[in-house]
Order: sequence, then C-alpha cells, then structure tokens
Amino acid sequence: MDSPARSGPHTLTAMPEPTHDDPTIARLRAEFGDAVLETHAHRGDVTAVIRADRYRDAVRLLRDDPECDYDFLTDLAGWDRLKLRQTPRFEVVLHLYSLSRNARFRLKTRPEDNAEPVLDSIVDIYPAANWPEREVYDMFGIRFTGHPNLKRILMYEGFEGHPLRKDYPFNKRQPRVVEREIPDDRPGMIF
Amino acid sequence: MAVSGGGPGFFTSRLSDGIAWARKWSLFPYPFVTACCGMEYMSVSSAHYDLDRFGAAWPRFTPRQADMLLVVGTISHKMAPVLRMVYEQMCDPKWVVAFGVCTCTGGFYDNYATVQGIDRIIPVDCYIPGCPPRPETVLDALMKLQAKIQKQRHGLTGPVRPAHTDSNA
Amino acid sequence: MTVMDIPHSDIADWAVDTTLRSDTTLSTRAMLLNMGPSHPAMHGVIRIVLALDGERVEDADIEIGYLHRAFEKESETVGWGQVFPYTDRLNYVSPIINNVCYAMGVEKLLDIHPTERCEYIRVISSEVSRITDHLTCVAASAMELGAMTPFIYLMKAREYLYELIEELTGARLTISYVRIGGVKADFPPGWLERLDKALDLVLREMEDVDVLLTRNRIFIDRLKDVGVISKEDAWSLGFTGPLLRSTGMPRDLRKDEPYSIYDRLDFDVPVGTVGDNYDRYLVRMEEMRQSVRMIRQASRQIPGGPVQVDMSGRPLTGAQMVDAAKMGMTADLLLRTVRPDPTLDGADKKSAQAIRTADRRVSLPPKEDTYGNIEGLMNHFMLIMEGEGIKTPPGEIYIANEAPNGELGFYMVSDGSGRAYRVRCRPPCFYLMQGMDRMIIGDMIADVIATFGTVNMIAGELDR
Repeated sequence: MDSPARSGPHTLTAMPEPTHDDPTIARLRAEFGDAVLETHAHRGDVTAVIRADRYRDAVRLLRDDPECDYDFLTDLAGWDRLKLRQTPRFEVVLHLYSLSRNARFRLKTRPEDNAEPVLDSIVDIYPAANWPEREVYDMFGIRFTGHPNLKRILMYEGFEGHPLRKDYPFNKRQPRVVEREIPDDRPGMIF
Repeated sequence: MAVSGGGPGFFTSRLSDGIAWARKWSLFPYPFVTACCGMEYMSVSSAHYDLDRFGAAWPRFTPRQADMLLVVGTISHKMAPVLRMVYEQMCDPKWVVAFGVCTCTGGFYDNYATVQGIDRIIPVDCYIPGCPPRPETVLDALMKLQAKIQKQRHGLTGPVRPAHTDSNA
Repeated sequence: MTVMDIPHSDIADWAVDTTLRSDTTLSTRAMLLNMGPSHPAMHGVIRIVLALDGERVEDADIEIGYLHRAFEKESETVGWGQVFPYTDRLNYVSPIINNVCYAMGVEKLLDIHPTERCEYIRVISSEVSRITDHLTCVAASAMELGAMTPFIYLMKAREYLYELIEELTGARLTISYVRIGGVKADFPPGWLERLDKALDLVLREMEDVDVLLTRNRIFIDRLKDVGVISKEDAWSLGFTGPLLRSTGMPRDLRKDEPYSIYDRLDFDVPVGTVGDNYDRYLVRMEEMRQSVRMIRQASRQIPGGPVQVDMSGRPLTGAQMVDAAKMGMTADLLLRTVRPDPTLDGADKKSAQAIRTADRRVSLPPKEDTYGNIEGLMNHFMLIMEGEGIKTPPGEIYIANEAPNGELGFYMVSDGSGRAYRVRCRPPCFYLMQGMDRMIIGDMIADVIATFGTVNMIAGELDR
C-alpha cells in the first residue's frame, strides 16, 4: 500500500521559476534577511518559507506593509513531510490574498521540534485563523501558543493521536460506542 | 382467543393483521439525516417521487413521536453515541432503515472516522444500498419494510415481538 | 431540538456568567440549550450550544466534525484520478463544481489544459450544479421557516435538472463526471436544447416562489435585519461567496480572477447592502438567474457542435470490436468507427478528441486504440493499474474556484508518484461557520434557524 517516494529525498523548492523581483519577496528579504529560507513560484504561486521564530513578525508585515497589504487569509493548513524524509517534519502553510493588488501569496513555516511542534498563533492578526489552527492542532498535533480555544474540532474528545500524520494508519478506528455482535440469522427476516 | 397449543388463534391473527395494516400505512419517519443521502431523501419526500402515498410523509423530528428511524447518510464515530441515544429514546414498536451504503456497511469510507455500518450500533430492519440510492430504490425498500411489518405479530396488550431479539437491542 | 446531556466539560471553560443575577425585582440566570447534532434543519449535522437569556442568545458555541469522513486521508491512499468520487461528496449539492476544482488543480500541477469544448462543458455543467445548490438552499431555508410550498416547488424544479444531469453523467447526485484533462462524456445529442427548456421550467418555478416569498410579510419579518454581519467582519473572518456579497463586497472569483472561459461570458454579480438573511436570499435568487444567463450564452458559444459519429465507414458495435480484438483480428480496427455502449459515452475517438486533452500521461486512450494497437493498450494499462497512474511532477499548488458557498480551494502537494502526497480542501463553509456565532449572538432562538438556513452549511464540505 505504501510505496516509498519515487524520486528520493528532494526539496519541493528545487523547481523552476524563482521570482526575486516580486515585491513581497523583496520586502520579506529586506526585512528578515536569512530568516527567509526558501522561495519559489512554481506554476505561478509565489511562495516563501520563513523560519519559525520570525513567523509572527512576517505575518504582521504581510498584513500591515502597504507594498504587501495582504488583508485576507484564504487558508491555513498543515502537512507532514515524514515520507519525504525532510526535517523539520511539519509545515504550516498560509495562503494570503490582497484585495487592493489582486495578488495571492503563500507563506510557509516549519515548527522546529518534531516531537512537540509549537508555533505562534496568528488569531489576533487574522481572526480567520481561529478554526484552521484548531484543525491543524487536531490533525497534526501542532500547538499554537496564544490561541484562545485550542481544542479538537473535527475529532472527538478522547480520540488519541493525530490522524493526518503520516504514521497514523488510515483505518485505525477508535469506536465510542461498544459495537454489537451481529447475529447471522435473525428471526423476522423475510428476504 | 388463543387456541391451546400456543399458536395464534383466528381472532388474534386477524387482529394482528389489522394492526399491522394500520401501522404499515402510517409510518412516522425520523429522518436522521447526516450526509448526501439527505438530498435523495428530500427528493423522495417531494412531489416527484411521493412518499406521502405510503403514508410516510410527515417526519417527526423527535424520537418520542416517531416509529421509523431512517438513518440517512454516513455515521461517524463522533456521531455514533448520538444515534444510539436517539434509538433508545424511541418507543416500541420501532423499525430502523439503513438508507445508503454508508449506513449499511460504511460505504467506501473505510477509514478512522466512519462506523462500518450502523448495524454495529443498533439493530436494522431494512438496508437500502446505493450511493445515494435512487428514489425508486427507497420506495421499493419501504414496500419491503411494509411487507415485513405485515408479517410480524402485533397485539393489543403486549408490544410487538421485536424483529431482532438480541441482548444489545 | 433535543435537550441532551452535554457530556463534556467545555461548559466550565466558558466565560459565560451563569451565576444568579438579580435586579430589583427578578433574579435571572442564563440557560444553556443544546441544538444537538440531530436536528430538523436538513442541512447536516452540527451542534450549537446556546447560552440564552430568555429567548435571546447571549453566547454560542458551535461544534462541528460530526460528518468527518477523512477525505484528505483517503485521497492520500488512492491515485490522483480516483479521488473524484470523494470530491463529489464534499459539497454534495453541487458535485460538479468540486470535481472541476480538483481537476483544475491536478491539471495545474501537470501544466496541461483541457480542450476548449471541454471547458465549455465544464462551465455549463458547473452552472447547472450551482443552480441546484441554490435551489436546495432556498427550499430548505424556506421550509424551516414554515413555508412548505416553496420547498415542494423548488424540489420539482431541481428534479428537472437532476434528470438532465442523469442523462449526461449517469447519476443524479454523486456524479464523478470530470476527469483529469477532460470530462467523461460529451453532451448527448439534443441535451442542450432540453436544458434550455428545463431552464424555462426552472425559472417559472422560481417566479412562483418569488411571488410567494419575496414580498411576504412573514418572510420579511423573519429574515430582515436578522443575522447581520458587517463587511469588515466578514472579510476579516475569511468569508467568501454569497455571504460576503450580501454584506456589500462584490467579490466573485469568476470576475476577479477568471478561470476557464468565464472571461468570455457576460454576467452580473449580485451584491447586497445590509448583510442580513434577506439579502442572502435575494443574492441567491439573483445568482440563479445569472447562472441561467451564463448557460444560455455558453450554449451558443460552444465550439465543435454536436458530436458527429461517422457512420459512413463500416461501424462496429463495442461488443463486436472487443470480440474481434480478443481474437487478434486487429488489422483493420483502426480504420473502422465504433459505436460504444451508452455507458461508455465519450470513449470513442471522435468524442474523445473533443472533450479530453490528447496528453497521454493523463487521458485514457479511446477504445479504438485500446483494443486496436499495443501502444493504446499499454497506455491504458499504465494509467489504470496499481502503482502506476497519473504521475505528476513534484510540486505544490493552490487552486480555487467559485463554488456556490464561496471560494473552494485545493492545496495539493505532489511528491512525483502517482498518488497525492497531501490534498487539502479549503471549504467555504468552514470560514462561514467560524463567523456564525457573531451572526446569531443578540438574536432570538428562532432566528438561529433562519440564519443557519441562509448560511447554507453543507456538512460534507465543512467536516470533509
């Protein structure tokens, strides 16, 4: 069922089309220097990876700086890079949109610790990040410090583990109701 | 008047048939709608494929007043205790219909979140496969359920003999 | 609404003041009411715990996840092309739009484009799906307020469209119609004319419902100035779609970032003013009319015309062709035209050229090639068998399109194998429900039902 990654260990940023003349990338590099770890524009999606300790500052810059002006958080997601044999293991991805410039941007960051990943919450910067951060916590186990209500959102209390991690088997069930034995022949069945 | 020897007598079986006839033509469904099959339930209860012809049009959204629990759509493990509680709140006689393949066997959601068939939680009388089942399938299943109700034994004093006797019911 | 024992200790975490309060004459305490996961509104399963002061909602906690079916985990276990049935069941009232968005995403990863006719087919069927979604939303929300008749009328209208969708795709609801690089089959002959007539009938039903509801005193009282949210709040919470447009912001991905052939269609984007439930109802009704307008334009512009099966060569039925191929009589198969079974619509060479990209990495070859020559057979084998499939180059993309509820997005990561490494669905309802508590706090219990109906939460999309 699980075949190893076909192309071996690789970084996703080993892709064509880097854009260093994009104004957002220029502002980020000017402000954060080498905390901007990677950039690319694969298929036209401008992306930057920021180090986890400057993540919150980068998000604030992207919202407040007039050359960036990303006022809309489209999505906040996470993913697990275990099978790609990359560290740090988890990555949190933000998709931002600027109404005034009609431009999209993707900001990524990686929590340093693989065992107990922790990141800063950005709910006070983008209120739309409230539930997505809960979902990333539920599915991957990444804790967001400063989140007002960090608890499970899609799974139930008492569920152990974080299902979207690559080492959680896809059909490992944790039933809440004791399952009944199904009798083979039931009286009253007529078909 | 029961005939000695234990079997149903003439009057009790005629009475049973009469009560069964009344019950099968006046089912009050509790549509426990969760997912996509709910759209087909809405189609079935609307004008085109009318459920009202079978007397089963008016849903009762409280388990106390319903006698047919129509479980429509996937049941996840988070929802399972709720389903169990709703089933237990219904009074006898009650029938359970598993609408859609997710309720029959879990459908193609063989994963950590889905109950693989509601008969692991509550006893089921009628299974409707399909993803989602066509409205004609639902009506066919309703007719089979009516046939089943007709064959069960109903009485004035005692409850109907449940179709599924097991200790977990 | 069933009042249920709330099994968790979340209540203790709330900052709601439930201590006895007393003013000069009366001492009051907030009441907790559970609108449990199984409730009459037919939109899906969600749990809202309300803290009430009499009839007025003081605080609300919304709990989701009751229909979590692990879409994202499942899509990592199957090949790229096998995820389509799972995408159907996301927003199950407008399945074609989910399919199209996912297909667009994989096509972006592969950097391929479907044919022009295919784009028109996708747009026409997407707009039909959008109409069915809005019909269901308006019907269900009217029914929850007690108006049974619009429900029956709009379900009747929806049936006209379901019959057409069934003719086109084979199923009424969960259609799995779109393929990577194309669609499954072309329009059957005469379908566009039948669609035009069906749209006339749908518009007539909508007019009836308009007469019944739009200037109805009770309807207006229930919906006007209820569930209000401001433009700034909506934008900052990540709202998109009709709810954002009802607050006054004219944002529509089909206009702002046009994809497919939407830039060739002429349509208006209805925008509300106040951001209440009544505006949302009006926005949805108008969007349906605009969708009809778009379908009619696209039907006139669509290239390629009806697919002509060439009967002048010696035609074979599909069964005859397969029998000939199995017995090795493949010599002149490529010269013949084949009439496949209706279930294999779109698999013959003529229609495949019109509706699918010719890129052999993604499209199944037409049946003449599959049975007629070894390259076609191998191509088919490589695309279908376990461990092979559509191989995307490594990379990550984000794709979005305008679903009936808002911006439906997919963030996909590919590792170069035939399976998705990560597929994240950005559900429009997720962000809407996040802001739902702001919409209901301050209103009465009965308004919760009205607001919830017009938000059009689809649990399949919310919980995935």
